[in-house]
Amino acid sequence: MDLSAINPVLFVAGFLVAATPLIFAAIGELVVEKSGTLNLGVEGMMITGAICGFATAVETGSPILGFAAAALGGALLSLLFAFLTQITLANQVASGLALTLFGLGLSALLGQSYVGIKPPRLNDINFGPLADIPVIGPILLTHDIILYLGIALVAATWAVLKFTRAGLILRAVGESHDAAHALGYKVVRIRTLAIMFGGACAGIGGAYISLIRVPQWTEGMTAGVGWIALALVVFASWKPWRLLLGAYLFGGITQLQLNLQGAGVAIPVEYLAMSPYLITIIVLVILSRDKSAAPACLGRTFHASS
Amino acid sequence: MIRLEKRPQPSRAFSLATPVLAVIATMFFGGLLFMALGKEPLLAIKTIFWEPLFGEFSFFYRPQLMIKGAPLVLIAIGLSLGFKAGIWNIGAEGQYIMGALFGAGVGLAFYPAEGHYIFPLMVLAGAFGGWVWAMIPALLKVKFGTNEILVSLMLVYVAEQFLASMSLGLLKNPEGFGFPGSRNLQQYESAFNADLIEGSGMHWGVVAAMIAVIFAYVLLSKHRLGFAIRVTGEAPRAAKFSGVNPTRLVLFCLGTSGLLAGLAGMFEVSGPAGQVTIDFNVGYGFTAIIVAFLGRLHPIGILLAGLLMALTYIGGDIAQSQLGLPAAAIQVFQGMLLFFLLALDMFTNYRLRFGRTEVA
Repeated sequence: MDLSAINPVLFVAGFLVAATPLIFAAIGELVVEKSGTLNLGVEGMMITGAICGFATAVETGSPILGFAAAALGGALLSLLFAFLTQITLANQVASGLALTLFGLGLSALLGQSYVGIKPPRLNDINFGPLADIPVIGPILLTHDIILYLGIALVAATWAVLKFTRAGLILRAVGESHDAAHALGYKVVRIRTLAIMFGGACAGIGGAYISLIRVPQWTEGMTAGVGWIALALVVFASWKPWRLLLGAYLFGGITQLQLNLQGAGVAIPVEYLAMSPYLITIIVLVILSRDKSAAPACLGRTFHASS
Repeated sequence: MIRLEKRPQPSRAFSLATPVLAVIATMFFGGLLFMALGKEPLLAIKTIFWEPLFGEFSFFYRPQLMIKGAPLVLIAIGLSLGFKAGIWNIGAEGQYIMGALFGAGVGLAFYPAEGHYIFPLMVLAGAFGGWVWAMIPALLKVKFGTNEILVSLMLVYVAEQFLASMSLGLLKNPEGFGFPGSRNLQQYESAFNADLIEGSGMHWGVVAAMIAVIFAYVLLSKHRLGFAIRVTGEAPRAAKFSGVNPTRLVLFCLGTSGLLAGLAGMFEVSGPAGQVTIDFNVGYGFTAIIVAFLGRLHPIGILLAGLLMALTYIGGDIAQSQLGLPAAAIQVFQGMLLFFLLALDMFTNYRLRFGRTEVA
């Protein structure tokens, strides 16, 4: 075992990358849940985004177009969930599971001819001489634009939810759909838009895995990141900045166990690979006592009966 | 203007018709999907649904229906109890793996001794393995209020890693020339879950599935606990007033579903699969979710749905080898089925009203 093989600067830079798919998927789901809908299909939308983005990037040669296609793919898939839960008023848990099962199958089908291909690279942003600053430069200033976009998205979501009228309406719909409906807000429309936003974000998160983090396509490659994102929203008590913190925590753990695998620690690889999931459970246990932060209408079906 | 009006009582007719309509809709849209993949749609549908039952080689495929259907029914029966009460165990895949590991582990511990006591012990161990794995989310839920959906799902990934570690380590066949995977239990008589009637596909897992169906039917229609499950799902407040103990209900529903999933895994590993390997699990735990809903969470319905889903697995395999239909297409097909089912279920609880909405 040689722990000195782990370079702290590369480690921190690596966990920022590892956290980015989680940030996208979780911030999207946070908005969805704030609107009062529980979409358990994050994993399915992520993997669909991963293959849509990968295929588009390979065919067009442009990773940015790939990310756009991933967002589109995720949003389109989430429309299925919106249809089931908002129009046909189906159970949200069951519909979310259906979305995940369907997404896993669909992505495997779409991805058949893309196994073993290398996608075009998305270049890091050139910060010029700033990137040469010791420690800070290599950690913070050697990334691609999507990573910074993720952080910006967290900030924007926070600001919109806290300071704007649109955010207020979204929260009102999530806290009491009957009251919001009585005030004349279109509950179904607002929730559908939130669900599509969540789908687009999950799609980008998935594409970040297949285009940048790994980068290649394999079936089921998101390996539960979508589910960890769902746990992360609970962890963050539906607060954007805490979500960012949580994503870095999980990114750090993922990166650490990968580094430990590489350093040849005496713990078998399988047990190291379990750790992110086990830690998710432990964190859920610690934080699940306080449920007061959850939107009051979360998971409840809205039917304008009057 | 179309609007929905809630029915005072869920429609019985639609409740029965929905699964049938969903299957028809899935066949239609599945056919379109197969056409998009460049296959003859009618031929593909016929290959999936007709060939295993009445085709030239149906004598080979019919027993397969039992073999593939048994674990699906066994797991789905357990899941349906929880789903009815709003307790969501979606980690059956993990419980299935743990049941298989515990069962096979006990069997292999006795190797090469022979004896009639070995197989029953393996059954107990398998059930225990699944039960223990499901008790983790159950206890966390009753003690700390942790979300059982996320915990049970996380434990699937943990179980998969554990399976990999076991098939490469402790349970690896010492005479296996270094290949991963355990000894083949099919060649170890005391541990082999053989066909009860040669070539029929009827192994102990099928018997267990039948017993589970009857058990669930009696429980739900005759027993007080079954009443508690139903009333909790339909009217949680009424359940509270009628003295239902939610803690016991969570422990029972999750425990039972884990136990049955563990049994399914154990019967599979000691019979049709034969050995513990890294990719021994094929997703029965997730497909069983579709089976439970397709069977309307009703024991008899689940039995039929399990057989239908087994048919799509077998037919899918045939279509794969004969028509070159990708395996993933069948997965999409199964996912579609759940979508149509959930969407069409609207008609069970709501009535469509046409005409202008009036302003009061």
